[in-house]
Amino acid sequence: MNALPADAVPAHEPDPRVDRRRLSHLRALEAESIHVFREVVAELERPVMLYSIGKDSSVLVRLAQKAFAPAPLPFPLLHIDTTWKFRAMIDFRDRFAKDNGLDLRVHTNHAALAEGASPFAWGSNKYTQVMKTHALLDALRAGGYDAAFGGARRDEERSRAKERVLSFRDRHGQGPKNQRPGCGTYSTARSGKGESIRAFPLSNWTELDVWQYIWLEEIPIVPLYFAAPRPVVERDGVLLMVDDERFPLEPGESPRIETVRFRTLGCYPLTGATRSAAATLPEILREMIEATSSERQGRLIDLDEEASMEAKKREGYF
Amino acid sequence: MAARARGGGALGSSADEHAAVVSWLREQEAKDLLRFVAIGSVDDGKSTLIGRLLHDAHGLYQDQLSAVRRASLKGSTRGAGSISEIDFSLFTDGLLAEREQGITIDVAYRYFATDRRKFIIADTPGHVQYTRNMATGASTADVAVILVDARHGVIAQTRRHAHIAALLGIPRVVACVNKMDLVAFDRGRFDEIVDELRSIASRLGVEAIHPVPVSALAGDNVVERSARTPWWTGGTLLDLLESLPVADEDRDGPFRLPMQLVLRPGLGYRGFAGRIARGTIAAGDEVVALPSGKRTRVAGVDVGGREVPSASAPLSVALRLVDEIDVSRGDVLACPSAPPVCAAELEADLVWMSERPLDPGRTYLLKHTTRIVRAAVRVLSGTDPETLAPAPARSLALNDVGRVLVTCRAPLLFDPYRRSRRTGAFILIDSVTNDTVAAGMIAEKTKRDGTADATTRTQVGAAERRERLGQAGVLAAVLAPALEAARELAFAVERELFDRERVATVVEGPAAEAAGAACARAGLIAIVPGVGGGATLVVDGEVASSDPGADVDETARAWAAILASRSGASP
Repeated sequence: MNALPADAVPAHEPDPRVDRRRLSHLRALEAESIHVFREVVAELERPVMLYSIGKDSSVLVRLAQKAFAPAPLPFPLLHIDTTWKFRAMIDFRDRFAKDNGLDLRVHTNHAALAEGASPFAWGSNKYTQVMKTHALLDALRAGGYDAAFGGARRDEERSRAKERVLSFRDRHGQGPKNQRPGCGTYSTARSGKGESIRAFPLSNWTELDVWQYIWLEEIPIVPLYFAAPRPVVERDGVLLMVDDERFPLEPGESPRIETVRFRTLGCYPLTGATRSAAATLPEILREMIEATSSERQGRLIDLDEEASMEAKKREGYF
Repeated sequence: MAARARGGGALGSSADEHAAVVSWLREQEAKDLLRFVAIGSVDDGKSTLIGRLLHDAHGLYQDQLSAVRRASLKGSTRGAGSISEIDFSLFTDGLLAEREQGITIDVAYRYFATDRRKFIIADTPGHVQYTRNMATGASTADVAVILVDARHGVIAQTRRHAHIAALLGIPRVVACVNKMDLVAFDRGRFDEIVDELRSIASRLGVEAIHPVPVSALAGDNVVERSARTPWWTGGTLLDLLESLPVADEDRDGPFRLPMQLVLRPGLGYRGFAGRIARGTIAAGDEVVALPSGKRTRVAGVDVGGREVPSASAPLSVALRLVDEIDVSRGDVLACPSAPPVCAAELEADLVWMSERPLDPGRTYLLKHTTRIVRAAVRVLSGTDPETLAPAPARSLALNDVGRVLVTCRAPLLFDPYRRSRRTGAFILIDSVTNDTVAAGMIAEKTKRDGTADATTRTQVGAAERRERLGQAGVLAAVLAPALEAARELAFAVERELFDRERVATVVEGPAAEAAGAACARAGLIAIVPGVGGGATLVVDGEVASSDPGADVDETARAWAAILASRSGASP
């Protein structure tokens, strides 16, 4: 007896309605990201999106909106606020959340602040660990979240090149040998007790892809990405913006106005500016195309030690 | 290397910057994406090859370069004899643990672009204990780049990797014979290795392999043509990667949408959301919800909250349906005339990925598209790593490959892996540890109506029926671009079969497939008309098209002959 075949449209008789143009890489990446968002939301109880205010976060929010449109995002956004972010970032965050109707939750390690935590007083390593890594783990625990979306990309840094789209973290971080292979099928398969999932819908995006997408989709980003005259001081070859009065100037040091922009955003004392006149998206894109240095160059925390990101990953940082 | 301008195009520094960027963006939009996996043994130099490719294709940023230079000075793992100042493998061997051991232990993904394409590279471990990671890296690849050390030729590990690449159905294979500088760029040695690879490939059912002689360390034939291989007339590795076609066969298959979730923002909108696994869907198309068998039409196709006229695999969509039918996560919306196989028992090839061997006495969680079911797994055969032939086995241990019989608590809706990598693959999960323990590829040979057989309590055997009717049951689909044309053809075929003294019937209406299958089980030739690309007869996975220019009667005669022969000797 013969059964109904699995396949009825033969390869030599292509469906005439199929768009013969090749799917562009950006649409392919978009489809993959949307798939990840939906899969995690379908399989886990309490997801949250880690929102860093940066351009990748803006793209992440847009992709999530596309995944669930016309419904609102089925999860809140969590921002770990060290209180040392650029003021322009906080302004943008609050306006962006309001304009998009986002459920934004902000968490700060107030206990550490009371102990005097600051990137100047504590050094970038200890400060980052306490104000970002610990604060994040505390907030995830307090919220009872079992899944957290992050905007990390594999092209950012060498140890991230091995990050899986879905990555499991136990209470104490993770071991690279224990990651679950996915094989094209995403294995979210309910995390165990004390475990949570980190999901990276932008895994396969490059920095250039992100910029192209921002351009194509007209996604709002923090103005700090665009060149403007800003007060800066130069330390060890890194341009730091004097964003508020907490910046301790060394004897003889005084901020000067330079036309700069930022390729990544974080805590202002730890984020280096780039001398640039690129004040519009096309100019930024043009600069990107001709870029000769990758974006994390401006981040002081990575220069602290070899493979520093990997050490932070073990601690649960993104 | 500077002679060829690669790495994302260049912009003139002329006046209209905005226009230049816009036109550059248009160019980028036209680029497609090629995913390839680099596989080979531990010392074949994969990481070095990828580093070289990235470097020579200008995919590397300057500060990464200088960071690597610093690390190279600190302590290269590759030892003396290096003729290059830079240890290229440090670009991809990221994790500390492996830098200590000098082997790649996890899949590293790398990205670069040329003027023609964007590339995603999966750099996979070659060491034997990490074959599972290799399977992970290879599972979504369009192209497999297999590395062979020219000095050692094909070794057991190469065979194993080639076997897994073939199992994973990677459409194209490039064979890089590396370290040609260490065999004095000897053509005879190259030919010898390529011959052996070709014989393995043909045994594995891989149609074609594309060989290229390279030295990753020195850069010969990676991006730049080598002056040291004047006998080589083929292109470089990058030439191949830029020109091999990207497979998109899934876009032409019959429609399948595994349901991820239902979007219900409020009254009036119900969006059935998922990623199209195969085929194309447009407003007005008829779909069948499986396993319920309920049919309806598509009212609208939304991508990212915007309505589009149609969408194809692999886009993520939300479908609005005309009727309020119940579809939930794990169900499949499919083309009614060519639905997926529905079965609870199936044969599959399995790559075992867990330290704990397969235990036939327990059950595992099986995740297939968006459906998770409990399943028991029995080993039918293992694989001899030398000959790649099936070998007796009772269990599978870490990195073993074998053919298994999977029995699920609830049926799966699938296509054989050879037809669709998306709807033919699954993973097994240990329900206690939640670890992924195996990757599975569903075989063609599958008990297709397993669930039907399980529920039927017939006391009449197929042989008895054949004896009585003088024919065996056959289920066939007759497809045409319009349903009316398909019906006309189906009834013409029925008439022809009747005139040949066969017992045939056209089956229509809701759940026509199920009804047709029942008729076929009862010994009839059941013909189900449906909408498909061109005028086509589909029987048991095989396809016959009508001759161009043939009228309905001629086509019906030809197809009736096929069906008559399928149903056995004349009575």
